[in-house]
Amino acid sequence: MAETNLKALGGLLARQGILVAFVVFMIAFALWNPRFIQIDNVFSVIRSSAILGVMALGVTFVVIGGNLDLSVGSLLSFSAIVVLDLHETPGFGPALAIPAMYAMTMGIGAVIGFLVGYLKLNSLIVTLGMLSAIHGLTLTWSGGQNMDIANQQETWFGIFGRGSALGIPIPVLMFGLLAAILAIILSKTPFGRKVYAVGGNGTAATFSGIPRARVVFLTYIISSFCVATAGLIQASRTMGAQNTVGQGMELEVLAAVILGGASLLGGSGAVFKTVIGVLILGFIQNGLLLAGLQFYVQFVVTWIIIILAVWLDIATKRGKFWSPIA
Amino acid sequence: MTTDRKPALRLEGIVKTFPGVRALDGVSFEVYPGEVHALMGENGAGKSTLMKVLGGIYQPEEGRIFVDEEEAVMTSPLQAKAKGVMFIHQELSLADELSVAENVYLGELPRKSLGRVDWKTLYERTDAILSRLKVGFTARTIVGDLSIANQQMVEIARALTREARAVIFDEPTASLTDAEKVVLFEVIEGLKAEGVGIVYISHRMEEIFKITDRVSVLRDGSYRGTLNTADTDEDAVTQMMIGRKLDLTRNEEHVELGDVALKVEGLSCHKLFQDVSFEVREGEVLGFYGLVGAGRTEIAETLFGLRTPSAGKMFLKGKEIHIRSPIEAIENGISLVPESRKEQGLVLGMSCRDNITLPQVDDMTAGPFVSDGAEIAIFDLYRDKLEIKTPSSRTAVGSLSGGNQQKIVIGKWLSMRPEVLIVDEPTRGIDVGSKSEIHNLLRDLARQGYAVIVISSEMPEVLRVSDRIVAMHHGKVMRTFTSEDVTEDSLIQAISGIESGRAA
Repeated sequence: MAETNLKALGGLLARQGILVAFVVFMIAFALWNPRFIQIDNVFSVIRSSAILGVMALGVTFVVIGGNLDLSVGSLLSFSAIVVLDLHETPGFGPALAIPAMYAMTMGIGAVIGFLVGYLKLNSLIVTLGMLSAIHGLTLTWSGGQNMDIANQQETWFGIFGRGSALGIPIPVLMFGLLAAILAIILSKTPFGRKVYAVGGNGTAATFSGIPRARVVFLTYIISSFCVATAGLIQASRTMGAQNTVGQGMELEVLAAVILGGASLLGGSGAVFKTVIGVLILGFIQNGLLLAGLQFYVQFVVTWIIIILAVWLDIATKRGKFWSPIA
Repeated sequence: MTTDRKPALRLEGIVKTFPGVRALDGVSFEVYPGEVHALMGENGAGKSTLMKVLGGIYQPEEGRIFVDEEEAVMTSPLQAKAKGVMFIHQELSLADELSVAENVYLGELPRKSLGRVDWKTLYERTDAILSRLKVGFTARTIVGDLSIANQQMVEIARALTREARAVIFDEPTASLTDAEKVVLFEVIEGLKAEGVGIVYISHRMEEIFKITDRVSVLRDGSYRGTLNTADTDEDAVTQMMIGRKLDLTRNEEHVELGDVALKVEGLSCHKLFQDVSFEVREGEVLGFYGLVGAGRTEIAETLFGLRTPSAGKMFLKGKEIHIRSPIEAIENGISLVPESRKEQGLVLGMSCRDNITLPQVDDMTAGPFVSDGAEIAIFDLYRDKLEIKTPSSRTAVGSLSGGNQQKIVIGKWLSMRPEVLIVDEPTRGIDVGSKSEIHNLLRDLARQGYAVIVISSEMPEVLRVSDRIVAMHHGKVMRTFTSEDVTEDSLIQAISGIESGRAA
């Protein structure tokens, strides 16, 4: 009997290892510094995670579909710079700048989706290449200059990043709303089902008459839509942006998706799990800062945790912690 | 003939089981020095399992292996090599960017002090081996620059770095041209003259009769006997491989046939199959029988839009159709239960219910959302019809038995109400009990008026389910039998490419 309990506990640890580790981590930090779990700190973590979170929602679709997207950080810089520059262009203003920016960002998403979906190129190579290409595009657009909104009092552009409704910051509301919509699309619609099928076994999906290329294409469209939204929040919050504002975020986004338990091989994961992954990442970074660790140390610790998470994921799948063949 | 000498390699009562399957059931055989001994059997007969036991990759539960009559326990490929048992694998496993010498001595390069490679010795030794093989390249040649046949020679050279007692050739001619084969056979003759025992695995009869001294046959994991090659013929070996004592009950039931569901005229797909014509009616099971590589699966894939035909016409219910993708095939009412359940048939991580409704998930909706009710209705219907055993509709399909997995795939396509259902290898990897269930199911479908095409490499299976049988050989239809006029002998002759007495 005791043995069965132990086995059950082991099974729970294996399946929910990340959640368990998260709870232990939260308790330890709360004991160390009670400020960690105060309401205002918790809200501040959620708010600062919103931009990363919105991007992670889209990448969740790409990863479940069996691909990667390493271009999202670079694309975020692009969308922020573009929307700010158009906003400052005479005759544009927010009402034209925002839709134009969405169209351009999603246009780039369509190019990636075409290359990976229809031409069946390796997504790692395509999006790694696009990371650099988009960065070059951004610098060309801006001429290397930072973008600022000159007359911040006379525009309503700031509400996406700075506004709030019912006491909740707009970025958090947008993250929540988008998460809810995308969760429903992924878990409840035929399209969502096809994303899982294509990522789980692309050959079997083809043999079942599922248009694999189109499904993959659409996951990149969703991802670029999310990046455009994140870029809008970013630009609106600071009313200005550097050309490198999204640099390195592609890895953090991927980390959040993996921490949430999506398999890099495709076919598994969920929107709400990604939301948990985003929060875990946010609280870890916040906790490390409150603990007084230097800002840069968090890169090291974050990635140690992510590598542990990936190892745990693979180890539990193959049932042992080490294997001579993968 | 050679009983006065002691065998170079002898296997005695080898038993190896996997969950639910007795892969090797007391297999014994031996090869004498200077003998070429063929090992034959159909796919799944146990040849590769036996080779893995011999190579130390699998450990047998029972039985012993002797090299030069000394018992040898093989626990790793390296150990097999140390005992003098060498393998020439079907798939080349060479490092293209390295030289011939480095490949030949990979993992055991001769060393000087401080671990430096002793290149001089390496090249000398390799060239010595190459001169035994009489090849036209040197130890310094880069492997990637060699032809496939010469790369195979490098594999053989690899087996000769130590004193070999027995060399096992696993389908060595699979990718060789006729001229290259001649060179390979000369090498084998050379090894033979040196007193090495040779085990030769191949599907190709003409090779077996050209170079081997004896033939041993495996079937369903058990040893079926050994023949002197000189005293036998292709027919006898084929029959030993396929088996006379199996249940060869023919299908005697005939449903009243409806309209012609699918008619194919002169269908060709490049070198895969040529000028294939047939028709299948409603209420009929049409069997396709032939050896591996006869082009049967390729025909199915062409009908299903996975390959583009190079010539020929297809008519569905009298109307000509052009199928360019599985989506178009499905729209036209053609369904395929593919050969490989796990790779092509199912998304193993998804539930039984989601797998069954996958091709029609767009129609399983209430408003924009997938409706549980519609899906459950379909799932329950086919679970009951096909007697699928699963704890729940939410169970991941990967955790079911092979037979139940296959029923999920069949259910998936029946739920699409196809005009033509193609089933490729309906019972591959399925236990005996579930096999007959699937056979009954196929007959049942004919009774319900479905037009069914069954592709199989098992003779009992095609005989058991088919109303008519198309016999194929090397991409061509040799003959079409009805279940009344078919005999085992005529079927075996047709698939071996032997012209029958009367015009086909």
